[in-house]
Amino acid sequence: MTDTGIGASVRRKEDRRFTTGKGRYTDDIHRPGQAIGYFLRSPHAHANIKGIDTTAAKAAPGVVAVLTGADYAADGFGNPICGWTVTGKNGEGHIAPPHPTIAVDKVRQVGDAVALIVAETLDKAKDAAELVEVDYEELPAVVNIADALASGAPQIHAEAPGNLCFDWDIGDKAATEKAFSAAAHVTTLELVNNRLVPNAMEPRAAIGEYDSGSEEITLYTTSQNPHVARLVISAFVGLAPENKLRVIAPDVGGGFGSKIFIYPDEIAVAWAARKLDRPVKWTAERSESFLTDAHGRDHITKAELATDKDGRILGLRVATLANFGAYLSTFATAVPTYLYATLLSGQYAIPTIYAEVKGGFTNTSPVDAYRGAGRPEATYVVERLMERAARDLGIDPAEFRRRNFIGTDQFPYQTPVILNYDIGDYGASLDKALEMIDYGNFAGRRAASERNGKHRGIGFAAYIEACGIAPSAAVGSLGAGVGLWESAQVRFNPTGSVTVFTGSHSHGQGHETTFAQLICDRLGVPFESIEIVHGDTKEVPFGMGTYGSRSLAVGGTAIAKACTKIVDKGKKIAAHLMEAAVDDIEYKSGVFKVAGTDRQTTMAEVAFAAYVPHNFPEGVEPGLNESAFYDPLNFTFPAGTHIAEVEVDPATGTVDIVDWVAVDDFGNVINPMIVEGQVHGGIAQGIGQALLEGCVYDRETGQLLSGSYMDYAMPRADDLPNFRVGLTNTPCTHNELGVKGCGEAGAIAAPAALMNAITDAIGSEIDMPATQEKVWRAVQSRRMAAE
Amino acid sequence: MYSFDYHRPRSVDDAVRQLGGEAKLLAGGQTFIPTLKQRLAQPDKIVDLGGIAELSGIKVEGDAVVIGAMTRHGAVAASAEVAKAIPALAKLAGGIGDPQVRNMGTLGGSVANNDPAADYPAALLGLGASVETNKRTVAADDFFTGMFETALGEDEIITRVRFPVPQAAGYAKFANPASRYALVGVFVARTPGGVRVAVTGAGPGVFRIGAMETALAGNFSAGAIDGVSVSADGLNSDMHGSAEYRAHLVTVMAKRAIAAAGG
Repeated sequence: MTDTGIGASVRRKEDRRFTTGKGRYTDDIHRPGQAIGYFLRSPHAHANIKGIDTTAAKAAPGVVAVLTGADYAADGFGNPICGWTVTGKNGEGHIAPPHPTIAVDKVRQVGDAVALIVAETLDKAKDAAELVEVDYEELPAVVNIADALASGAPQIHAEAPGNLCFDWDIGDKAATEKAFSAAAHVTTLELVNNRLVPNAMEPRAAIGEYDSGSEEITLYTTSQNPHVARLVISAFVGLAPENKLRVIAPDVGGGFGSKIFIYPDEIAVAWAARKLDRPVKWTAERSESFLTDAHGRDHITKAELATDKDGRILGLRVATLANFGAYLSTFATAVPTYLYATLLSGQYAIPTIYAEVKGGFTNTSPVDAYRGAGRPEATYVVERLMERAARDLGIDPAEFRRRNFIGTDQFPYQTPVILNYDIGDYGASLDKALEMIDYGNFAGRRAASERNGKHRGIGFAAYIEACGIAPSAAVGSLGAGVGLWESAQVRFNPTGSVTVFTGSHSHGQGHETTFAQLICDRLGVPFESIEIVHGDTKEVPFGMGTYGSRSLAVGGTAIAKACTKIVDKGKKIAAHLMEAAVDDIEYKSGVFKVAGTDRQTTMAEVAFAAYVPHNFPEGVEPGLNESAFYDPLNFTFPAGTHIAEVEVDPATGTVDIVDWVAVDDFGNVINPMIVEGQVHGGIAQGIGQALLEGCVYDRETGQLLSGSYMDYAMPRADDLPNFRVGLTNTPCTHNELGVKGCGEAGAIAAPAALMNAITDAIGSEIDMPATQEKVWRAVQSRRMAAE
Repeated sequence: MYSFDYHRPRSVDDAVRQLGGEAKLLAGGQTFIPTLKQRLAQPDKIVDLGGIAELSGIKVEGDAVVIGAMTRHGAVAASAEVAKAIPALAKLAGGIGDPQVRNMGTLGGSVANNDPAADYPAALLGLGASVETNKRTVAADDFFTGMFETALGEDEIITRVRFPVPQAAGYAKFANPASRYALVGVFVARTPGGVRVAVTGAGPGVFRIGAMETALAGNFSAGAIDGVSVSADGLNSDMHGSAEYRAHLVTVMAKRAIAAAGG
């Protein structure tokens, strides 16, 4: 290991520009002649639009245009799509009602865009927006998914009777019912997985620009996957063919999934720029982000676990209602199905599983992938159920898990719900976590807390996730509309520096550092001579972007494959330069050697020869510039154990997280510091979900009540403990780096670990977020029951 | 925000002359600027008090701490005089918002705004402070008249607040997890005139609890209020806490404030 190669905690090279204000985000970009776009949004959750009068707004000072849904429809372009078809129990694909780019005759959520005002300044656009007269006929709204699927609920889309999008199942129903009928014990839990607002630090933004000479549209935007945006906007919206559409995602300040999706707003901005032949910029305000970013989670679940008399799991049965909001976002349908129910086996050898999911519409912001996307929901169900079952059965929760783990001799392990785990050692992570938290002395710590008038609890989450999304053929067979490979191009420059083009996209993950370490390791190039390029469809050949903890496992493997091609070609050049046979060339860390001799040449010399080929092997093309595409053979399966320890103040219900141990198996690790940072961030978000964050819509009016930081509680530093992080390692068996993915693990494990600790402390089950009042009431009712 | 005329006077008299019509005073702007940015207010004129030196400063005058209206929360929190005379007041100021808010927000702005969840009104009412304006002096008991309402007249500007130094005082705040305003904040002071208990956050405005004051008069200890029940009637109820929970927290926070005051 070198100090900048694989395994080194190299400081992030991108942080210098981020911490000195030199990052270049979409809103930092100003195009010549740029006008400002502002969306007039619906104040109603559900209403018919009887008419829109834009006359006065159009005449207002500084207004360039006032564009409505009718204008958009008249131009004949398409609308945002949902790119994953889920086939229900009835054998039919899910119902996908249209999602108008700008509302035409109906609004279905607070925040639906009804007009795009383009003006010389933002203030002028806002002034004009106040002059647009929209005649709304209000309709009853429904925000809760159980309410929406009940009979008599307000009908949101004519195409989706009863607001049902699909009724889907997975697993073996008959075998599962049989297992339950043979069970010695059945543990049942009803759980709500609370809706979350993503809250990336940088709000969404877009600049559309049209060059009428070349007929090319450029869209600068806050995207996690610019090529996918280009594909959707070309193929489904039809604003421009792919060769005439350039999507640039410059520095992006956080995504957490919310910037995967192709939203109507960005499409409208690109359309307006083309229509007006003038650059148009729009940047969401924070309150707009709350209303229109795709939210996360929002499940209601009933889960049952059947066990035998020895505490061995016989079967698992799950029924979930998933809220999609007013419209289907880009990958909405996949999240509560193939990214959720396929993970319900957890780390356990469960003979049979049956899960049913109903997805439906409500008058709320769309729900789609949010850090973890389906896997946190699955882990939450499995791990709360495991904890509850252990308590019911009187078995130590660590022992109960260990008793049911998939053994190290059982890999590859075929679960009853599609996935095939390649490798893992769940006992190793559990053991390490138990040791780190000093589990043996927990009883003593609990007694000490009780003496101080506090209730202490400990909670586990032995999570697994599927990341490194995804084998294209596999996801294609499950309904995905795209392939999920990744591409890379590794280009030597004549003087030996390297430019790497990756189709993955960094919006906080540190790719510029991690990928450079990989290049450094494979090609022996100095760290500072490596440039990582991403986020521009005109520079990077192709890409599927960054989400699902896929960048290293898929994107990094593509880079490694391109490096192999570079080395293979380099051997031919080196052999020629050293007058040796290609088969005699040995390569290691940037040096080509003739086997058994002291003759050698470096990668830099080979690169120079490749571009100044005065003395070059016959039949070999000049240049040293290789591309690779990598389509993974399987998902990767990071797994581990998190243990949370809390103290609850019975007087107020305040939960103090006093310790947190996270032991994760991410396979091989390129940069331990970055990995630890990802774990910290993930846990912080998971704690936010469990303790603080609750997206609340008014059940009657459909208004978003938690629409700002005054009411939506984000986790802050003083809400969090010091995390103690450990690693175990079973290298992934099917990518050459042996890596798995670390971006989402914390958010997947943390909610279950924390809720299990809280319920252990207070002795009763509660839902997230475990607000102080909720905890206090649980303590009160338990105390009253005891009296 | 909407357009407005901007004035930055150098004296209180100049500032008063600018008032009238739809003019609004700008102190630290921690509530007002977000309100403007969201177009929830449309003043035609803003009179920025930030240029009036005489409005800032902390002085101990006899048995009172006198703090200028434009004194920032951070300055009160960091003041050695305040920490010595009324440590509970320094602690309260140091717990408002976050460092950015404390570096901009002012005592006068907070008091004039009278947000029902703000911290300072509890200190004023709990300590029996008086609000000095360009025209008169108003006792805290008469100053806070309702939610976001005060006894201030149209052409009146708070200049200073006079806090009598108590024998002992304590403040305990249960923060709203999102906004960090007080879900419930209780200020307790033992003064020569008797014990005062002031509550913020729980109701539509800051209020005193006479029954606790009476109970504490003879026995200044947390146990003294065990028999005092706080009714949930009329208390705030929202997604962060029901009226019943707030009523419960009033007692819990009062006990912690008493303990902080050495009781």
